[in-house]
Amino acid sequence: MALTRITSPHAHAKQSTSQVMLWVALATLPGVAAMTLAFGWGTITNIVLAIAFGTALEALAMALRKRPPGFYLKDYSALVTALLLGIALPPYSAWWIILLGMFFAIIIAKQLYGGMGYNPFNPAMVGYVVLLISFPVEMTRWAAPLPLLGEVQAPGLLQSFGIAIGGSTFPIVDGFTMATPLDLVRQNSALMISDLKEEYAQFGSWGGTGWEWANGGFLIGGLLLLYKRIYTWHAPLGMLFSLALLSAIFYDGGSSASAGSPLLHLFSGATMLGAWFIVTDPVSSAVSNRGRLLFGLGAGALVFIIRKWGNYPDAVAFAVLLMNFIAPLLDHYTQPRTYGHT
Amino acid sequence: MLTKILQTLSPATAISPVQPERYSPSIMRMRKIWDIHGGIHPPENKTQSLGERIRQAGIPAQLILPLSQHIGAAAVPIVKVGDQILKGQCIARAEGLVSVPVHAPSSGCVVAIENRPIPHPSGLDDLCIVIDTDGHDRWRERNPVENFASCDKQTLLGIIRDAGIAGMGGAGFPTGFKLNVRDAREIDTLVLNGTECEPYITSDHALMRERAEEIAEGIAILAQLLQPREILLGVEDNKLDVVAGLQSALQAHDFNALSQRDCIVEVVTFPTKYPSGGEKQLIEILTGKQVPSGRLPADLGIVCQNLGTAVAIADAVLRDIPLISRITTITGEAVDRPCNLEVLLGTPVEYLLQQCGFRAGENNRLVMGGPMMGFALLDTRVPVIKTSNCILAPTEAELPKPPAAQPCIRCGFCAEACPASLLPQQLYWFAQGKELEKLEQHNIADCIECGACSYVCPSNIPLVQYYRAAKAEIRERDRDMQQAEYAKQRFDARQERLQRLEQEKQAARKARQAKAAARSKQSGDADPKAAAVAAALARVEAKKVEAKKAQAANSAEDDPVQRALLKRKAQQQAEAADPQAALQQKVDSAKARLEKAETRLADAQAENSEHLAAFEAAVQKGREKLAAAEQALAQPKEKSTDQPASN
Amino acid sequence: MIEFLFSHPIASALLALLLLGAAFGAVLGFGAISFKVEGDPIVDQINAILPQTQCGQCGYPGCKPYAEAIANGDAINKCPPGGDAGIHALADLLDVEPIALDDEHGVEDVRKVAYIREAECIGCTKCIQACPVDAILGAAKQMHTVIVSECTGCDLCVEPCPVDCIDMLPVETGTRAWSWNLPDAHQNPADIIASDRDKPRAA
Repeated sequence: MALTRITSPHAHAKQSTSQVMLWVALATLPGVAAMTLAFGWGTITNIVLAIAFGTALEALAMALRKRPPGFYLKDYSALVTALLLGIALPPYSAWWIILLGMFFAIIIAKQLYGGMGYNPFNPAMVGYVVLLISFPVEMTRWAAPLPLLGEVQAPGLLQSFGIAIGGSTFPIVDGFTMATPLDLVRQNSALMISDLKEEYAQFGSWGGTGWEWANGGFLIGGLLLLYKRIYTWHAPLGMLFSLALLSAIFYDGGSSASAGSPLLHLFSGATMLGAWFIVTDPVSSAVSNRGRLLFGLGAGALVFIIRKWGNYPDAVAFAVLLMNFIAPLLDHYTQPRTYGHT
Repeated sequence: MLTKILQTLSPATAISPVQPERYSPSIMRMRKIWDIHGGIHPPENKTQSLGERIRQAGIPAQLILPLSQHIGAAAVPIVKVGDQILKGQCIARAEGLVSVPVHAPSSGCVVAIENRPIPHPSGLDDLCIVIDTDGHDRWRERNPVENFASCDKQTLLGIIRDAGIAGMGGAGFPTGFKLNVRDAREIDTLVLNGTECEPYITSDHALMRERAEEIAEGIAILAQLLQPREILLGVEDNKLDVVAGLQSALQAHDFNALSQRDCIVEVVTFPTKYPSGGEKQLIEILTGKQVPSGRLPADLGIVCQNLGTAVAIADAVLRDIPLISRITTITGEAVDRPCNLEVLLGTPVEYLLQQCGFRAGENNRLVMGGPMMGFALLDTRVPVIKTSNCILAPTEAELPKPPAAQPCIRCGFCAEACPASLLPQQLYWFAQGKELEKLEQHNIADCIECGACSYVCPSNIPLVQYYRAAKAEIRERDRDMQQAEYAKQRFDARQERLQRLEQEKQAARKARQAKAAARSKQSGDADPKAAAVAAALARVEAKKVEAKKAQAANSAEDDPVQRALLKRKAQQQAEAADPQAALQQKVDSAKARLEKAETRLADAQAENSEHLAAFEAAVQKGREKLAAAEQALAQPKEKSTDQPASN
Repeated sequence: MIEFLFSHPIASALLALLLLGAAFGAVLGFGAISFKVEGDPIVDQINAILPQTQCGQCGYPGCKPYAEAIANGDAINKCPPGGDAGIHALADLLDVEPIALDDEHGVEDVRKVAYIREAECIGCTKCIQACPVDAILGAAKQMHTVIVSECTGCDLCVEPCPVDCIDMLPVETGTRAWSWNLPDAHQNPADIIASDRDKPRAA
């Protein structure tokens, strides 16, 4: 028997940070599956390469920082970052794009700030934004939804890896990439929404072909995490609410100046991924529930503002990074009322 | 009028699995209860120790009674080593108001008053009275109160104080002090804490199950003392089997008469959740009020007492039994027979463990108190004290050692669990960086150290330890600041005083001079020679004053503080310049001091001074110091010769 | 005039600068008068951080003089009783880099108080005169004693004692003074933040 000084409490819930991370990873599966169904194997190649690079970079950083890599890899935070970046990147991205993104995510945004828990910005979104600004062409060429491909044959799994490792993005025939619904809404200010829908098949039933499925998948995963109490409802619902509210206010029934219906905004682009997997990142968001609600509301509002008036068709990454900036401010003003204080 | 005891189940609706049929509907009343923020539901593990009835632990060969088993000043022994003592005899008196006396739990002989290991998280020793028991268990003479209802407040309080009763729920606040409220009827609500929300602990549960009558007696005495408007007995809904017994026991007393106003007595049950048994939490659950930060429940007209304390009060008043024993739960998978024992205070923990079939090999730590707030014992010889409600001997599988902490990811689970609505993750960051002001701004003082945050933390961070260390740091800083402020005042006062004295001296001198001048003027006509002498004298005097002034301006040589400072400065400079020379100088100064001391001694011998002995001692010490200095001088030389060899 | 300015852009630029300078100078001068801060609060603020032991280890006769010296640019690392925490607080206040304690003035030590072995005291009052905070009680030919609560532990009374009966004893740490320390960072790889450790222990 060893009588040692151990601080209370002696009991501990059977839950670990690694488990939390694994749950988050698990919850992305419905969305990933939907994306694969919608856009082909490109998402899978993205994710596989991102995880490989992410793990290697994390281990390298830990070795350079003279810490036990095994201990830190076991927290699976690099896995989640890689997973999220892999999902966010356009399918069939080239390996060097993914490597560069993971380098900025893991090394610059996370390890240089002190590793997991110390990063003020969401690593995956930092990686994404760096790529978006540096390689706008590669980053905005999105694969066409499989149902719309028609004659064109989508690459198989091995072929997809070949594309990614070959280092060229979308070398295949024309028509394999297509503008996303959000692009179309942005670029065609002369057409009514209904005209757009008629003209472009990408619009699908409400959020865009393929996009509706992917967003639905991430919604399911997010609800699972909510049910598992991995996070509270404040940040995700805050974001969805403000996005829906703003898009409803500015939706005038589908005129040419309109930015699209609330449904289009909620189920297109990276909305659900952002709401359930990005703004819920606890490290870089606000700490209190009220703070997280404001964080979500702000992110949702920024998403809409950038989508409607900004220069980019989608805006989740920018919105989240901008909110990361003011998270400490939110913390300062949203400290909860302590027991016995007025 | 008959007392109408209103029995309540609340909320009898959805939350608690209560069968309302068990109680007569005519006396049922719905009482609103409130929820507290946060809280956790750890596995209860209470059934193991509830299988048997309370057993007597018996009299061990030796009892060890620490003098501070409570919050406040330690008690002062009033027995000597070798004294024969009787059971219940007071062996240490209370020191001041916030303190309680200690009584002998059994008859025997005081064999030691010395430092022994005591149950304390530090594992340090503290002063204890050690009694070898004689096994006869002979009582001192006892004078129980016949009819407590006829006693006035001060008498009852006196009995409670003299019986050495301190809160038995865990903190150990002197009960007599807590109950001593200024005015009658100041207290509206008396809350009795039968929550026992910590896992494993069942001592209060056993008490309620088997000694409901005594509890009711204690509550009746408290009612007489505080005259409350309502008495609320809070019980978690995992202990519903005791409710009926408590209610029928309470019916034996006329609380309206005791409190001299309409008094509602209720047994209130509420959903099980840790830490609803914290005083502040229980008050919020039962009354919906929050005790303002930094103030006491009494400021809200509420007094909260543990049920064990109520039984101790009943024993003290009605049977003249001071606090010499308590119910302690012995449990955990490393004991064969978990149970509740009635233990004499001072009984060593190892004695109790033996009785319950302790398997030391499987045990990974020994905890006094529960798994949430208890502390690990470093020695099995420590005694049971007034606050020891549980001894937990878990196996490694049961309460595994904490794994290495992972980084905090601010998941916020801790903030969800915190019953004080704090932000534990933020406090953790600030504690790590020792940002004391930020910690205060985030109300670390309101942390009750319940451990709910650490329990849920997925990164296994020992959060509570961070908060304890940070709180200690804040206390220390406050104390230092206070002391610095005080020292500054005293320093300034001294400077002022020295200045004033100097001015007075100057003034006196001037007055003398003026007088002398006047005198010489008077006599000057008579004797020019004398006038010349006087003038010379005045010049000399003036010069002296001038010189002194210059000196004062220079370095204030005449102030001993300045002198000491100058000396130290010179010494420090020398030391920094050359350590070897500094050591040499130390030897020299020791020599000089020795010589000085020797001359002083010689002088003293010549004068036959009364301080002869003191000077002799000084010479002796001087020699020792010189020897030490010389040794120190010699040593580094050896070292410096050694070092190259080892390198 | 205006024409002259238009035809000589250099001259007009110079004139504009001159006028601007005059205007801002006036504003600053007015500000200096109307927002004047009374006294020299920085000395008081520094003095509030110093531990007020009045021990003179810094080389100044008391804490206030050292505070004044710091305000005039002396180093902030000369106060052993204040220790590292004190240096950090001063660095914060003065917005300079914290530096290590200067060993020349002594090392940080546990808090001590003076203790007079009363049986040996001959009542010479020398220590009473030496005490900067009047913490020693006694009179000529009477035994002296230290008022523990007032003693700052400066040890200035040790030197003057002719019979060497004053000891500096560390303040007692019993169960009451004991407190938890921060968890040991070396046991947890995750707790290392400030600097990289050379030999991390595998988890």
